[in-house]
Amino acid sequence: MIEINNLHKSYRMGSNSLHVLKGIDFNVKEGELVAIMGPSGSGKSTLLNILGMLDEADKGDYVLDNVPIKNLNETKAAQYRNKFLGFVFQSFNLINYKTAIENVALPLYYQRKGRKERTEKALNYLGKVGLAEWATHLPSELSGGQKQRVAIARALAADPKVLLADEPTGALDSKTSHEVMDIIQGINDEGKTILVVTHEEDIANMCKRIVRLKDGVIVEDVQVEQVRASQYV
Amino acid sequence: MFDRDRWREIFEAISKNKLRTFLSGFTVALGILIFTILFGFGNGLKNTFQEFFVDDATNTIWLFPGRTSKPYKGFAINRVVEFRNDDIEDIKKDFALYVDYITPRISRSGLTKYKGESNTYVTRAVGPAHLLCEKTIIMKGRYVNDNDIKEKSKSVVIGRLVEQDLFGKKENAIGKFIEIDGITYKVIGVFQDDGGDNEERYIYMPYTTRQLVEKNTDKIDQIIVGFKLGIGYSGAKALEISLDKYMRDKHVIHPEDQNGLFIRNVAENVKQTLQFANILQIVVAFVGIGTLLAGIIGISNIMVFVVKERTKELGIRKALGASPKSIVSMILQESVFITTIAGIIGLFIGMTILKFTGTSLKDYFITNPYVEIGTVIGATIVLIFFGALAGYIPARRAARIKPIVALRDE
Repeated sequence: MIEINNLHKSYRMGSNSLHVLKGIDFNVKEGELVAIMGPSGSGKSTLLNILGMLDEADKGDYVLDNVPIKNLNETKAAQYRNKFLGFVFQSFNLINYKTAIENVALPLYYQRKGRKERTEKALNYLGKVGLAEWATHLPSELSGGQKQRVAIARALAADPKVLLADEPTGALDSKTSHEVMDIIQGINDEGKTILVVTHEEDIANMCKRIVRLKDGVIVEDVQVEQVRASQYV
Repeated sequence: MFDRDRWREIFEAISKNKLRTFLSGFTVALGILIFTILFGFGNGLKNTFQEFFVDDATNTIWLFPGRTSKPYKGFAINRVVEFRNDDIEDIKKDFALYVDYITPRISRSGLTKYKGESNTYVTRAVGPAHLLCEKTIIMKGRYVNDNDIKEKSKSVVIGRLVEQDLFGKKENAIGKFIEIDGITYKVIGVFQDDGGDNEERYIYMPYTTRQLVEKNTDKIDQIIVGFKLGIGYSGAKALEISLDKYMRDKHVIHPEDQNGLFIRNVAENVKQTLQFANILQIVVAFVGIGTLLAGIIGISNIMVFVVKERTKELGIRKALGASPKSIVSMILQESVFITTIAGIIGLFIGMTILKFTGTSLKDYFITNPYVEIGTVIGATIVLIFFGALAGYIPARRAARIKPIVALRDE
């Protein structure tokens, strides 16, 4: 599903440049649930952003679902993001003046789906994360865990190939973190490929594979025995 | 172009971000409102000005006969020059290209009686064209016409105040007979005039009738020539000189005789007033442009602020698959929509205020303020355009920045 070869990325900080990713080789197969771990500054969020086409690599190959991702203009990148990827952010990033269901329906709007279909699908995915009765609430009326569940529903709404989650539990307490991970595991059980960036060991252990980054290179890549989040909920 | 879903998206953004909508709408509405009112008041000022100074037609040349002060071609000094009916015909024929209308005027004062009432009024014996040079307004009945001139009919057109004096407020003068200096005339019309009370105490009659009464002469007191407006100020000057020469030749007056013939060119008198009116117009335009500029700056500021405020939202939309083009067009469509509606509202309120002002500010020299609809619509379009432009530049920038940067924006 994801193939990466010799990926490099550096940021220019005034006169000196900061080499963040120093040659990453990394493959993800369909249906995997991968945790990307590492101390801050190790490049894990940068890697995720490049995978999510939110940022561009300086060097290296990236193939997503057999489509080479290279030299994309913004319009093309936007199309690919819409078609292939779903995002879950640490800070939720819901549009604050839209209700839960409108937020979930937004990716479908950019897929040019009809209004009726959008509403139906959005409600369906909201139901999946257990928030059907909160559909008409604004983000400001929801708790942190609920917001993140809305964000997950939104990420799923476009039926993407890969779900990318950047510290999805970073802003949540451990109980809601487990609720969110339970939902993520459930989605993965249905066959969706998911990448989760985290710095929490217990969250990482709820995935099936852990990739550890340090100073821009992969130092460890292991399959782990998945801990089910449901036992904590 | 018309995409129902996109409009729905825009209406949602508009209705759920009331402060933003209000700010940009208010700026534009206020800008247009102030523009309309200031511009309208400026025009009102011009109206007052014109009313004060430009009562009579401004395209007239007046010819008066005098008494010669120089001997010329065998004629002695002190000869009385007299205009005759054929002068009218000749000028009409020889200056046909420049002359719009021409009329004689013979003024006499006469004791006028109706039933018990009597008073002395000035009668003016004129031709039909006199209506134009005095800008006389017929209230009822009709003015002196060509048939009256031909028939030398004993008909008169009386001023509004003459009717009031002689007939009281209730009686209708039309068709009644009044007596002037012992001769009975039929009242065929009543007129009013913006020139003031004095102008409404005149009595007009056919000049041929007056000549008949005065022992069937063909003498004329003065000639009023209305020239075609198209010839302009310089054309009027040239016409004045040719008329002067023409009449001096015809009546054998020395070319340098100051007293034999007098010519008054009204275009001369109103030149300065017209210039002053032009300056007023420039001041009004200046005020309008200034207001518009302030409005443009206002809406530009707000658009920059709006886009800045939405940076994060735009980042989210981009992450979810919005193309840069759709981001820019969304912002533009929203801003153009708000500014158009607000502009129309401002325009409507402004026009309504002007309409109801009418003559109520006459004490402040503002009469019937108005704006040409084209001017305000143009102003609105300018504001909409600059609002859109001011939105487009930051929107394009916002659409270009990487979503990851936009998402980091707090």
